[in-house]
Amino acid sequence: MSASQQWNTLQQSRSRRLGRAAALAQGKRVEADQVVALLEAVIEPGDRICIEGNNQKQADFLARAMVQTDPARVRELHLVQSVLSLPEHVDIIERGQVSRIDFSFSGPQSGRLARLVESGRITIGAIHTYLELFARYFVDLTPNVALVAAQMADRQGNLYTGPNTEDTPAIVEATAFKSGIVIAQVNEIVDTLPRVDIPADWVDFTVPAPTPHYVEPLFTRDPALITETQVLTAMIAIKGLYAEYGVTRLNHGIGFDTAAIELLLPTYAAELGLKGKICTHWALNPHPTLIPAIEAGFVQSVHSFGSEVGMENYVAARPDIFFIGADGSMRSNRAFSQAAGHYACDLFIGSTLQIDLHGNSSTATRGRIAGFGGAPNMGADARGRRHASPAWLKAGREGRGDIAMPRGQKLVAQVVETFREHMAPAFVERLDAWDLAEAAGMDLPPVMIYSEDLTHIITEEGIAHLVRCRSPEEREQAIRGVAGYTPVGMGRDKRAVENLRDRGIIQRPEDLGIDPRLATRDLLAARNVKDLVHASGGLYDPPKKFRNW
Amino acid sequence: MERFEITLDARPAGAARRSALCGVVASGNLEVLVELGQDPAACTVEVSTSADGFRDIWEAVLADFVERHPAGGLRISINDAGATPAVVSLRLAQAFEDSTGGAA
Repeated sequence: MSASQQWNTLQQSRSRRLGRAAALAQGKRVEADQVVALLEAVIEPGDRICIEGNNQKQADFLARAMVQTDPARVRELHLVQSVLSLPEHVDIIERGQVSRIDFSFSGPQSGRLARLVESGRITIGAIHTYLELFARYFVDLTPNVALVAAQMADRQGNLYTGPNTEDTPAIVEATAFKSGIVIAQVNEIVDTLPRVDIPADWVDFTVPAPTPHYVEPLFTRDPALITETQVLTAMIAIKGLYAEYGVTRLNHGIGFDTAAIELLLPTYAAELGLKGKICTHWALNPHPTLIPAIEAGFVQSVHSFGSEVGMENYVAARPDIFFIGADGSMRSNRAFSQAAGHYACDLFIGSTLQIDLHGNSSTATRGRIAGFGGAPNMGADARGRRHASPAWLKAGREGRGDIAMPRGQKLVAQVVETFREHMAPAFVERLDAWDLAEAAGMDLPPVMIYSEDLTHIITEEGIAHLVRCRSPEEREQAIRGVAGYTPVGMGRDKRAVENLRDRGIIQRPEDLGIDPRLATRDLLAARNVKDLVHASGGLYDPPKKFRNW
Repeated sequence: MERFEITLDARPAGAARRSALCGVVASGNLEVLVELGQDPAACTVEVSTSADGFRDIWEAVLADFVERHPAGGLRISINDAGATPAVVSLRLAQAFEDSTGGAA
């Protein structure tokens, strides 16, 4: 060991940064009009920066401040954050202040981002899943400076993040314990917090923002927009998948297809005698469309990644179901809920834009780098799993065959209508993800769910039990067999498909005893947002854009 | 906008039939009108669709329809406002059921 070796360079760097910022703060408090100066004081060229945000809450005030910093001082940044979804996240790239990005999801900015990548103005390290990116915060992508959002701070700098705690604990823990700087925008500073979600000594600065941080009501699906086809695929899912495997622990995607399933639990599933036998334990945000199933006694427990706008009072009034603090409000945690979805759930079901002949699925389309969010964590077999359940064991017996070592398998289902809007086929020979990977020079095509993990496909044509296929050829025909009138579906070998149907690998609605003509919206436990409010006993307070009464 | 007529060989519809209108035009929806036709061994379908270039898919959907249902002797008019094949098949089945009083 060299005597001259410095072991505390990070701490020294932190001290220098805090020294430069000292004049801007009173205690930990920095006023809003000083925040650009604060960022310029604490950020150094080449820093890894996390601007907190995901598909729900956003540190939007701090993001706006970032694009007002001097590009000569705040430059060569490496963004390491869940989403690039605010215009400012991409503005700061266009301003030339960012050299590299590692992220999970870009939603509304996906087109702009694709153009920047294709013109060589930005390098993408990788598009991660949420859990994967959080994991790298603790290995090789630890932020030097984290800009986070909280509902309240007290005068010591403790934070209350409340129902929308989301990513904050993961980001702050990684940053604070590796000598980084944590800046929190808060909606208000109070004397006493309802509870402490982040302790003050992990937080360096609190900034009262002029407007409350933005939260996207991403998980609110208006039942009025659910189609009869989605009712049909929900019936197929409940009978052909949930009842068949006895699925009790699960996660749902955010689409209308899965909202339809939630709304059929108190009606169709109850008529089938499935209450208490399926869908009791969830890793799920507080979906408003789950209210009728909760009220009907279907649901025993829900842990959430984040909250949902308008659901706060309802959730707080159901502490047996949700995770509620001593203060009476929910605590969410994206990292823990993602881990729960991966390891503790037997089923993931969601929708996608494209499925190929192998069963790889992707939401990437030409010219858009959208990313994944958390779906791949839930929609993947957890190979480290070591606890059994009936659903997991049954899937394992079907998927792995007669191997000597007993082992289960996660059920991973994609539910799609064979054609999307504008007659775009959901089944394709080749995913657009390949073109995107080529155009952007990515190492991997952005595949959301890999073929090897996908066990089921559900369409209006029926359910394909891919997990029961014995060869790649069978698997391809099983996929073609539920692909309807898409070119992939029309290209099926009719005899092979009938053979798969005889063996129960493909099941049509009639094979499950489902008459598609009975798949009407009358089966939905709520047919509009107002019905959801009624079902909640008036506790659900939907955002204005979902109110039409 | 595209308009075409397809005539398919079909098993004769046996039961008493009445004209029926099923489905309403809305976004992603369509109108189906079932009437009595001339030839008891054929089903004639007139398609008027807002989406051009999908005639081969219409032919496949309609071929499956007459295979599943004894639609001979029926004349069907479809007014499509961009419905997917799933919706077309469902509405056809519903319209057929209405027109035959439930006889498959």
